Amino acid sequence: MWVQLEVFLQTLIAGILLGGLYALIGIGMTLILGVMKIINLTHGQLMMVAMYIAFWLFSLFHIDPYVSLLIAPPLLFLLGMFLQKALINPVLRVESILPHNQVILTVGIGMVLQNLATIFFTSDYRSTPVDYATDAWYLSDFWHNAPFELSLSYPWSVSFLLSVLITTALWFFLTKTDTGKSIRATAQDRDAAMLMGVNVGFMRVITFGLGAALVGAAGCLFIPIYYLFPALGSQFTLIAFVITILGGLGSTMGAILGGLILGVFESMTATYVGMGWAPVGRFAIFVAALVFLPGGVASLLKRKAVSK
Amino acid sequence: MALLEVDKISMFFGGLAALSNISYGVEKGEILALIGPNGAGKTTLFNVVNGFYKPSRGEVRFNGRRISGLKPHQICALGVARTFQVVKPLQRMSVLDNVIASAFLRAKTKAGAERRAMAILEFTGLTEDKDVLSKGLPLGKRKRLEIARALATEPELILLDESFAGLNPAELDVSIEIIKEIKKKGITIMIIEHHMKVIMSISDRIVVLNYGQKIAEGSPVEISANPLVVEAYLGEAEGA
Amino acid sequence: MKRFIPLIVLALLAVLPFLGLSSYVMHLFILVVMWSVSGMAWNLLGGYCGQVSFGHAAFFGLGAYCAGLVSFHLGLSPWWGFLVSVPFVAVTALIMGLIVLRLRGPYFVLATLALGEIMRITAENLTTLTQGNLGIMIQRTWVEKTAYYYIILALAALTFAAIKVLAESRWGYYFVAIREDQDAAESLGINTTLYKTIALAVSAVFTGFSGAFYMNYMGYIDPQVVFSLGDISILTIMVVMVGGVATYWGPIVGAVIMVLLAEVIRSLPYIGTAYQTLFGVLLIVIIIYLPNGLVGDREKLARLFGKKGAAA
Repeated sequence: MWVQLEVFLQTLIAGILLGGLYALIGIGMTLILGVMKIINLTHGQLMMVAMYIAFWLFSLFHIDPYVSLLIAPPLLFLLGMFLQKALINPVLRVESILPHNQVILTVGIGMVLQNLATIFFTSDYRSTPVDYATDAWYLSDFWHNAPFELSLSYPWSVSFLLSVLITTALWFFLTKTDTGKSIRATAQDRDAAMLMGVNVGFMRVITFGLGAALVGAAGCLFIPIYYLFPALGSQFTLIAFVITILGGLGSTMGAILGGLILGVFESMTATYVGMGWAPVGRFAIFVAALVFLPGGVASLLKRKAVSK
Repeated sequence: MALLEVDKISMFFGGLAALSNISYGVEKGEILALIGPNGAGKTTLFNVVNGFYKPSRGEVRFNGRRISGLKPHQICALGVARTFQVVKPLQRMSVLDNVIASAFLRAKTKAGAERRAMAILEFTGLTEDKDVLSKGLPLGKRKRLEIARALATEPELILLDESFAGLNPAELDVSIEIIKEIKKKGITIMIIEHHMKVIMSISDRIVVLNYGQKIAEGSPVEISANPLVVEAYLGEAEGA
Repeated sequence: MKRFIPLIVLALLAVLPFLGLSSYVMHLFILVVMWSVSGMAWNLLGGYCGQVSFGHAAFFGLGAYCAGLVSFHLGLSPWWGFLVSVPFVAVTALIMGLIVLRLRGPYFVLATLALGEIMRITAENLTTLTQGNLGIMIQRTWVEKTAYYYIILALAALTFAAIKVLAESRWGYYFVAIREDQDAAESLGINTTLYKTIALAVSAVFTGFSGAFYMNYMGYIDPQVVFSLGDISILTIMVVMVGGVATYWGPIVGAVIMVLLAEVIRSLPYIGTAYQTLFGVLLIVIIIYLPNGLVGDREKLARLFGKKGAAA
């Protein structure tokens, strides 16, 4: 029985740690969705770019991936602003028969990024062999007679804590600063925000940059504990939109919960069903959300708030 | 029994009451005007009648049959058509195709739908614009296209949401004439309008909404003499 | 006269095998016609009904696997795959329509994208049925290309005719009405969920045919190929976008351009590996400058070149 409990708790911990990082990816996506009303289907590819930046900084200059947090996200911020200003904004003005033109555009951008990464860096799997990669805290270190053993990976927990820290900082930015408030106003009601003097076009550029920087930060947090290869981008784009649906379109709180739920769910599927089925579990929960909870977790939060 | 019965309708949005406990009836063959200041809940009421919103409380009956809870397309098929305040033409379709698309509801064949659409374009004075893409129409004609489309579904009751707003005097006269003709065909009309002169001249009865509540109901003469209405609405208009 | 253009084009294409073209050129023609079918099918849903699908590989792959599996497991001719694919593809489309098409917003885009991936992962993992990533290999019926060419040409003619008839019927009007304004359509008595589902199912079935043909023609499939997001789903969108959204000829023009472009780019040394980049750039350029494609924006194109001509 202890063994089963041990496996369960260990799986749960792994799921929560993964979920914390997923949340960061989801927040970036949901911010962009909220302000621009478009799904960014190049989100994972942006993360891949950040991961390559962190990877090369480590390989060439021995810069720790956690230090890259100060380098890669700002670069991604610039890249995101550029993509929005040079490509996506012009498309908003184009009159076309097909809806979702901007979404198709982000797919095009993703194709280019992924293919360029394959050309320049080959499709080899890479990792950053940091020397603390396998360090961990053990339950028995703190509790000598513990009936079971749990481990807490050192890089996983650091990444998780940093992710929480970044999320908190973002929350302060969105609620306390003028720019942050303008972004939220644009997300809530674009026309009203415009009337109140918010420069909506500029907010779009900032938001896309911010979304890219957030997912870039997630990339830096992932690289000490994950493999890197160009096709990783599309995989994480899928993860990002599953989180977004799960959380409720455009809701930040929802994205955090959605990320945690997905992290735990995937971790459970991998332990109890089998490694190969984790992606299937991901889509199963996606379909379940569409069928039973189309508004995502956010709709539950809202319902609760109203009934109060 | 009235053709349309609005029975104790309330509509809440996140705890805010957009409509509270509204009841009235629309008699067959009459023109009933729905007036009230901006934000009084007129368009919300249309959305409830037409099925876009499911009322939080109360029910709407049409020909004695409960229609609240049905989908808009079902309600339309039963004989309630509507126009939109912010016109919603099918932009990249020609004027004729717009009307054909709605005429298909009752027509069995394409030829039948086209015949019917041509007759309605004639009726609404849009015949010469039939091949124009509807996004290229000036506002006055777009408003008329809305009416034409609604008529093409052969409704018993037609809901007109500010069909006169933004029209110049010449266009206004044309539209008033059309409304009167629609009435002559025996189609019942419920209309939201701000233009008081138009309202007073064409409507048989008026229902006044203010802050989501019905504050008065009666003939145009009664309404213009009602102190509550004058205070809530007409007074505001004079002051402006 | 204009009415006969499709027949004239068909007649011209029908005499093609008598010109003694090389096997490689015939191969290219077969690919072009096959992609036209996929493009026309997508166009019905995306172009006319305005529901953009990022997951038509799901239906393409399903069609391909139907053909492959009836041959592999049941020993039937893989051509039965066409017939067998209809219920499978239609039911998949209907289930998806039921779940997603009642929702507004970007759900459809995301769900289609997910469907393609779900099908791929399922095909990879159901190894007893599909052999997973080993793929399915079947005996091709003919070595020569001519028969394949006529079959796909007939399928394309059927698709073209079916879509033309549909687009000009009640359903076509309803599809476009839904694309232009769903609220207006709904309030005019159009059951928008129903008609979106119909458009999805019809589009899916024709895409499935295209996939079934692919299996018969290529003789080999695996999940990575037929359920590919980039090489099937996105390429289908590109065929339509480059050629012309909501036009009869757009997907055909698009298929010619995309197939030839892919062949040319892949054959170039060095640049060959960058074909996804070039496709991506092409997609971006098309979206910004010719959002309705070469056929849809031909007036814009003519103006552009007319001006240049006048200046020069």
